[in-house]
Amino acid sequence: MSLILDHVNYVYGGDTELAVRALKDINLVIPDGQFIGLIGHTGSGKSTLVQHLNGLMKPTSGSIFFNGEDVHDEDYDKKKLRSKVGLVFQYPEHQLFEIDVFSDVCYGPKNLGLEQKEVELRAYAALKQVGLEDEFFYQSPFDLSGGQKRRVAIAGVLAMKPDILILDEPTAGLDPKGRDEILDQIAKLHKETGITVILVSHSMEDVAKYVERIIVMNKGAVLYDDVPKEVFKHYKELEQVGLAAPQVTYIMQALKEKGLPVNTEVTTIPEAKDEILRVLLS
Amino acid sequence: MLRDITLGQYYQADSVIHKLDPRVKLIATITFIISLFIVQNFVGYIVAALFLVLAIKLSKVPFRFMVKGMRAIVFLLMITVVFNLFLTPGEALITVWKITITKEGLRTAVFMAIRLIFLIIGSSVMTLTTTPNSLTDGMEKLMNPLKKIRVPVHEVAMMMSIALRFIPILLEETDKIMKAQIARGADFESGNLIKKAKSLVPLLVPLFISAFRRANDLAMAMEARCYRGGDHRTKMKPLKYKRRDAAAYGMLVCYFALCIVANIII
Repeated sequence: MSLILDHVNYVYGGDTELAVRALKDINLVIPDGQFIGLIGHTGSGKSTLVQHLNGLMKPTSGSIFFNGEDVHDEDYDKKKLRSKVGLVFQYPEHQLFEIDVFSDVCYGPKNLGLEQKEVELRAYAALKQVGLEDEFFYQSPFDLSGGQKRRVAIAGVLAMKPDILILDEPTAGLDPKGRDEILDQIAKLHKETGITVILVSHSMEDVAKYVERIIVMNKGAVLYDDVPKEVFKHYKELEQVGLAAPQVTYIMQALKEKGLPVNTEVTTIPEAKDEILRVLLS
Repeated sequence: MLRDITLGQYYQADSVIHKLDPRVKLIATITFIISLFIVQNFVGYIVAALFLVLAIKLSKVPFRFMVKGMRAIVFLLMITVVFNLFLTPGEALITVWKITITKEGLRTAVFMAIRLIFLIIGSSVMTLTTTPNSLTDGMEKLMNPLKKIRVPVHEVAMMMSIALRFIPILLEETDKIMKAQIARGADFESGNLIKKAKSLVPLLVPLFISAFRRANDLAMAMEARCYRGGDHRTKMKPLKYKRRDAAAYGMLVCYFALCIVANIII
């Protein structure tokens, strides 16, 4: 079970002079069970890339393989692909339409042609997975708060039981508390079910804490693809492409420059605390 | 797929047509449309075609963009042509079984098709070279005399400019919601008519909600900036006729005269 991108290119606007190369020769292997952060500045092509992963967009050239099969083969079942590669769009709460939360989450599995009972079981499980309390299940989705709506929308995709879950900026427009809650929930989900998660974001701070691999996009091409601490070593280059390493990296770099022999590879605040204490106490 | 509609989509270029006063362009478009219906023979249509080609050349907008707008009316065009072709009584030209194509029918069908195509391309020239804002500005100014009979000209113009402004936004939104629902296994293409109509619910409900939300936000933003329309409202860039506008009017009059002459003489 893996997703492979082989020399994927995508051009917007066809052969006109307005054509934009949105993706440039993307080669990626996404194995099972990884928690991946896809980072890029606005317009770097990350949203375009994720829409290729579930077959919503067709590459201008190059191929995409899911479990060894080319997803753009004539006889490939796209609907099945979309159920296996779940994509949660930016501001997913804008897609809610049903009269109550539960029916809305049922929409995805129902489209897969499952039995009513299975549909409801999956919807229930998905709503539990995103941590929504039972009391909201039969309310109108439009009466919920922003964060709750977003959970419902994520549950709508989860209910299809995807092998890969892609979240395009799941924290956009949320307050810090809502952001942490959603991200913690996703991390928990990843841990418990072993699902592959691709988290699209423009904020290193958000993903540094959770992911095991970071793919940095710039102007439609993959700039870095490595574990977080290796990527953060390039913090100066990251700044040049409009991104930034987590605050911790800057603090550690500054401490080192001032003469404190700390290890600058730490990526989270607790790690940094331990590292500073270790150096100070030794 | 939804991006094919050119209506209200401005094409940025630096041309004489772009710089013309929107009033000139509006009147020219209306005159052009009227002329299409006055003209009754091929010479007249050649004159109209030349005028159109000149306008397109001057506008520096690639012809492709004009044709894009045509896709929306292909169906209408076909119906018109077919009906005129087969249902006009007159001198028979070809008869196959019970279907007869008459000379008059052929003539009307061809003229109708030319009229429709010219009409769409003609108005595309206007919408592609004029921003929606200046277009409604022009309209407001042209309809100003109607204020005397209590027509809320400014409000109507404002509503039109907002409606035009929202078309591309709502198209983009539709595209986005469609994709989101497809990602959740929605199928907008297969099935019979009833199934297809039902499948649109997950698209239309979010679309309407988003339209209302946007309308609400816009109203709020306008109010926050103390918007009030109507009398005593001044403009940052008031419309003023320039020399090229006079020249354009001159050409327009020549064109219209030529159309009438072509009609009478031949």
